[in-house]
Amino acid sequence: MTELVVGPFNRVEGDLEVHLTVRDGRVAEARVNSPLYRGFERMLDGKDPRDALTITPRICGICSISQSAAAARALAAAQGLTPAPMGEITAALIHAVENAADHLTHFNLFFMPDFARPAYRGRVWHDRAVARFTAMEGSAARQAVEARAALMHILGLLAGKWPHTLAIQPGGVTKTPTARDIVRIDTSLRAFRRYLEEVLFGAPVEEFAALATPAALAGWSRGDAGLFCEVAADLALDRIGAGPGRYLSYGAYPLPRGECGFRGGLWQDGALAHVDPARIAEDLSHAWMLGPSAHPHDGATLPDEDMRDGAYSWCKAPRYGGQVVETGALARQVTDGHPLALGFAAAGGGGVLGRVAGRLLELARTQLFMEDCLASIDPAERFMARGPIPAEGQGAGLVEAARGALGHWLTIEKGRIARYQIIAPTTWNFSPRDAGGVPGALEAALVGAEVGEGEVTPLTVQHIVRSFDPCMVCTVH
Amino acid sequence: MRVIWLQAAGCGGCTMSLLCAEDPNVLDLLAGAGITLAWHPALSVETGAEARAILERAASGEEVLDVLCVEGSVTRGPKGTGRYHILSGTGQPMLRWITALAARARHVVAVGSCAAYGGVTSAGGNPSDAVGLQYEGAHLGGALPASFRSGSGLPVINVAGCPTHPDWVTETLLMLAAGTLGADSLDGYARPRFYADHLVHHACPKNEFYEYKASARNLSEIGCMMEHLGCVGTQAVGDCNIRPWNGNGSCTRGGYPCINCTAPEFEEPRHAFTETPKIAGIPVGLPSDMPKAWFMALASLSKAATPDRIGRNATADRIRVPPTLRKPKP
Repeated sequence: MTELVVGPFNRVEGDLEVHLTVRDGRVAEARVNSPLYRGFERMLDGKDPRDALTITPRICGICSISQSAAAARALAAAQGLTPAPMGEITAALIHAVENAADHLTHFNLFFMPDFARPAYRGRVWHDRAVARFTAMEGSAARQAVEARAALMHILGLLAGKWPHTLAIQPGGVTKTPTARDIVRIDTSLRAFRRYLEEVLFGAPVEEFAALATPAALAGWSRGDAGLFCEVAADLALDRIGAGPGRYLSYGAYPLPRGECGFRGGLWQDGALAHVDPARIAEDLSHAWMLGPSAHPHDGATLPDEDMRDGAYSWCKAPRYGGQVVETGALARQVTDGHPLALGFAAAGGGGVLGRVAGRLLELARTQLFMEDCLASIDPAERFMARGPIPAEGQGAGLVEAARGALGHWLTIEKGRIARYQIIAPTTWNFSPRDAGGVPGALEAALVGAEVGEGEVTPLTVQHIVRSFDPCMVCTVH
Repeated sequence: MRVIWLQAAGCGGCTMSLLCAEDPNVLDLLAGAGITLAWHPALSVETGAEARAILERAASGEEVLDVLCVEGSVTRGPKGTGRYHILSGTGQPMLRWITALAARARHVVAVGSCAAYGGVTSAGGNPSDAVGLQYEGAHLGGALPASFRSGSGLPVINVAGCPTHPDWVTETLLMLAAGTLGADSLDGYARPRFYADHLVHHACPKNEFYEYKASARNLSEIGCMMEHLGCVGTQAVGDCNIRPWNGNGSCTRGGYPCINCTAPEFEEPRHAFTETPKIAGIPVGLPSDMPKAWFMALASLSKAATPDRIGRNATADRIRVPPTLRKPKP
């Protein structure tokens, strides 16, 4: 039996440490430590509720707009304010741009470079992986950062800058786009479509978005997505990193009249249920946090300064109805009912392959969503509704970041923030054990992973960890 | 030039912003100038033991370290141990790694306002006891002492901003590589003057509204945001409107106020970020270098002289009244 500590675990957003117990060449047990505590929820205590819109985006430089959107929704809920419909659509477009950029960054800069490692020399695809995905040098990395930077011009126009915009407000957005802005954004979206079709998919995005089964995906041979499918088949990436089989999404991109871009839900055993936020609780048994398990409207963030034995992470352990769930792009596509994602879910999730394929699928569908959003923006309308901040109130903002379900829970008393609690996507996916000793989603997904002779930073473990696209700065916040 | 980049207690947003560099992309730009990222937490292939080895060789002096870039503030808590951020896999607080590597580095660059002064990580009651590399807020002396000088003789170079503009970071590195960034290139808070000698106000598209103090009262109105909405672009350093963000953006172009994110202690303005504090109805705070009496006199005069077009547009969400056309004489 060997104990391994993997860290610094890079090409994830933020800092991550993974402890592995290895028996007979396989991971027998994993413990996941989120090693950074900053205390954003505490910082907000006593502040003007509007300040959450400035402070919470700065929890995370990669999910910044997601944090904005969650804070704005929580405030709007506390205010009883309905955003201006055009403001809501524009906020959805802004948010979708961030999520698309994040998926692109993950695939090209975080996930794929591992296949260019010398350990895979001799594989039939290796030379191509080296040429395309060698960290910081591969041709795909360069094309991806250029496409991403150009896509972000939409945020320059609509949101001032990225990351850390104040453009998204409870009542809509601060900038009323002009007809001229619309044609510029259309131009940027067309350029991004061209990148996706020429480089990533090697085919029309509609064609990739129409893939209906894991078998159809396995036959995809074009673009970088095709290279990934070839690697995935050769390394059997569908057989490693199985998740809990329960998928959570709050529903992405709320739109006027209660509609949304991708429908949410809780998927389990082939059935989709509505998400009941009252069933969420955070367990603190293995976190360096003090206090009882609580729903986020009642929860607190009291760090255990003594970092007691038995606990091993600053991350709390959120559970839905007492159970571990997985969240992310695949979960979103499952709850939205896309046949490819449902095909993976029905077959046990598809492990590492399923998660990465879910992200590629969502990237194709997000392009279509962004185009639809833009087409429905009418610059003649109002983009902001107004309402006062109540002296007393409570609200939740439940949104979907690139990495999954993100919730903000806000209580206002005497006009100030009395309580602010946040559960981020990776808090769900990378939680430590709960009071019942049940490991978090990643901890369970790592069990059984192969550890080669002499490997101290096992490659299989790296693929599994990165397949979740973790955001560690959000996780503990 | 060999660079090691560490992410301490921050959001990673300065790296994410750096990836938005254009013309050329950040990878080509750095490679073209001979700047190598020996290790970067978001970009390098090396993980775990391979990464530890790179850091250890630099800390021991075995391998040269031209530039140490640190993003994020440095946690000193709990109880002065720094254990709110252990650099994963090493068992050692990030505080200790930064001290060890800074002692070997030819230059130390604080990337972003967190690394420079503590920034948002030190907001509110500063739960993690976070500081900047060489400043605690506006006070000299942070994780490194006030007297700290890197191998080059320079103090920590504070590329402040929340986040940093990609060009602020790349140009600082390019100037270091070219040997053209010296002590006189830094301002009183050790920020590179190439961007810190400008104010966010410069080239702000709301300048005409500002001239007449024609003010927006609510977010989404296009008037000047200084009087009511907390904008401090006339005091904040940065070339944000001269050299826009993400193509053509900036905070004020996006319709929300400048919150002075390049300054120490911007995270605690002592009022709501989007509301200008007032005494007896008069906004507190003056444009940089403006004598108060003159400002008051000019403001009341210009306000009284506000043309109808500018006054009406200021409280609208779009231009309602276009400029009057002057037709040539027949």
